[in-house]
Amino acid sequence: MRGLALPRSPKVILGLGILGFFIVMTVIGPWLAPYDPSSTAFPALLTPSSHHLLGTTSLGQDIFSQLLVGARATMVVALVAGLVATVLSMVVGVTAGYLGGVSDDGLTLLSNVFLAIPGVPLLIVIDSYLPVNSRSNEFVIGLIISLTGWAWGARVLRAQTLSLRNRDFVEAARIIGESRRRIMFSEIAPNLLPVLASSLLFTVLYSIGAYVTLAYIGLTSTATWNWGTMLYWAQANNAPLSNEWYWFIPPGICIALVGTGLALVNFGIDEFINPRLRAAGLTARQRRQLHLPRRARLGLTPVVSLAPAPNRRSTHAVVK
Amino acid sequence: MRTIARRLGLYLLTAWVAVTANFILPRLMPGNPVQTLIGKITSQVTPAEIRAIRLSFGMGFKEGIVAQYFTYLGQLFHGNLGVSITLGAPVSSILRESVPWTIGLIGVSTIVSFFVGTVAGAMLGWTRGSRFDSLIPTATFFQAIPYFFLGTVMLLIFGSDLHWFPVLGAYSQGATPGWNWSFIASVIRYGELPVISIILSSVAGWMLGMRNMMITMIGEDFVLMAVAKGLPRRKVIMHAARNAVLPSIANLSLAIGLVVSGALLVELVFNYPGVGDLLLQAVLNEDYPLIQGIFLVITFTVLAANLLADVVYLVLDPRTRSEAAV
Repeated sequence: MRGLALPRSPKVILGLGILGFFIVMTVIGPWLAPYDPSSTAFPALLTPSSHHLLGTTSLGQDIFSQLLVGARATMVVALVAGLVATVLSMVVGVTAGYLGGVSDDGLTLLSNVFLAIPGVPLLIVIDSYLPVNSRSNEFVIGLIISLTGWAWGARVLRAQTLSLRNRDFVEAARIIGESRRRIMFSEIAPNLLPVLASSLLFTVLYSIGAYVTLAYIGLTSTATWNWGTMLYWAQANNAPLSNEWYWFIPPGICIALVGTGLALVNFGIDEFINPRLRAAGLTARQRRQLHLPRRARLGLTPVVSLAPAPNRRSTHAVVK
Repeated sequence: MRTIARRLGLYLLTAWVAVTANFILPRLMPGNPVQTLIGKITSQVTPAEIRAIRLSFGMGFKEGIVAQYFTYLGQLFHGNLGVSITLGAPVSSILRESVPWTIGLIGVSTIVSFFVGTVAGAMLGWTRGSRFDSLIPTATFFQAIPYFFLGTVMLLIFGSDLHWFPVLGAYSQGATPGWNWSFIASVIRYGELPVISIILSSVAGWMLGMRNMMITMIGEDFVLMAVAKGLPRRKVIMHAARNAVLPSIANLSLAIGLVVSGALLVELVFNYPGVGDLLLQAVLNEDYPLIQGIFLVITFTVLAANLLADVVYLVLDPRTRSEAAV
């Protein structure tokens, strides 16, 4: 199935590249770390050098090692929260959209309530009641974050399901006498894939932000390393005001880069869903190759086909 | 009006859920919450404090969970949010001092950010495919930066390094709080950097959403029609933008929660005397009545803002109005 053949725009490639880099860092980061991130064996506040690529903290811990080790907890929480929230939103959204009637009203109300409650303050309240040993558990934190992050996806998925529900192929399945569950998961669900993928990316993005926020205000265990706790310690020791940029800039940049990667891939999905955006995102050179007018013209943002047309290839050769 | 009544109902329900969650959460944790709490306080606990804590959990006089729940609701209804453990003052009077700062800071920056983002997004959508499109990855990057981190970096560069802006606090030490000109000027001066950093973090979202809607709108027949009629360019853009902005406003009520969540931490970075800074103190000191009170106040404020956004939407989109009239 070429259901998710993303447009190969530079944005998507860049996004996938960034994400790939950080996934590799998540997997092998802790082994690559040159030192124990908690070891206080080094002199305090060293500036970056070849021995300590990012210098040391005021306790003499190696910042580069903290960054590498911290990637895992950050990404694991984001992934757990993103996956759980997406499954939740799919169950709620697709059920609501497909069943309609009273169940739809109830489920829609439920997701609207969760949408209206500000997520991070709720998270802070829940987290502040957690016993200390659960605060260091990435899975517990991930689950809690997913509880506050599923509603947006449910709303989008419900809307999409509603629009699919009365299409001919679903009607046909219903007439054949397929069971409800089969129609929902085999007929409708595959067509939700782009929306689902986009909502997964969105929730992962939200989860990273939420987790880092919790860690930054000291609500996750400060003994486990993640990018948020690094910022917490940097802030607690006044690193930003004493110009120790090497302490707090790297984790912040990493968070922002992961987020950018996710958002860039999401652009690809948007362009996949809405072909007009695809043409809008092309560079001048690509426009020439696709025989599109150089300047965008009014009233017709052209729909670009993804299939490799033969004439497109030949033009490409000529341009080369 | 029916639409508004329905939204109002939703927000009332949400408020009730938040209030009830506040009641249930402490009871879900293992052990007696009051005992746990007292155990966590390292200093000497006076009987009066114990009573205050019990009251704030709705455990005033009667036992039995239903009776407790109604005691708790009654307390809330009278604006009694309990007594802060660390500050010793009633939570409601503490909040009365810090909430205006937060509403001012976040309100101003959200409104400015929405307008700047929408106008920029409309222009980007109109000139799609031009070199301005290279703004998009940059904007995305800014959007992905946590609010508090961007705030920290800006504080470092423009505050303590270049001394372009005053740092830390909401007004200069010399100014006497009140409605005098020097105080207001100093509040504005001190607010600039936090406001700019919140705008920078949040503007990209509005911009990208508006751009995408604008591109979709330009493909619609009514825009082509407007051009065919020979309307000047500016009017055509306005035509398309008016329609493209509707989803942004519909999303406004959703986005407010996210913006508030992020902006609370900006207060923390700038030592702004708002709710965010208070929340951090409360969390660090495990001051549960204060944490709960702040959560409720934030939730109620966000719900009120949502309702306001819904009204604006109703005014701007005639279709919802005619629906409501039927």
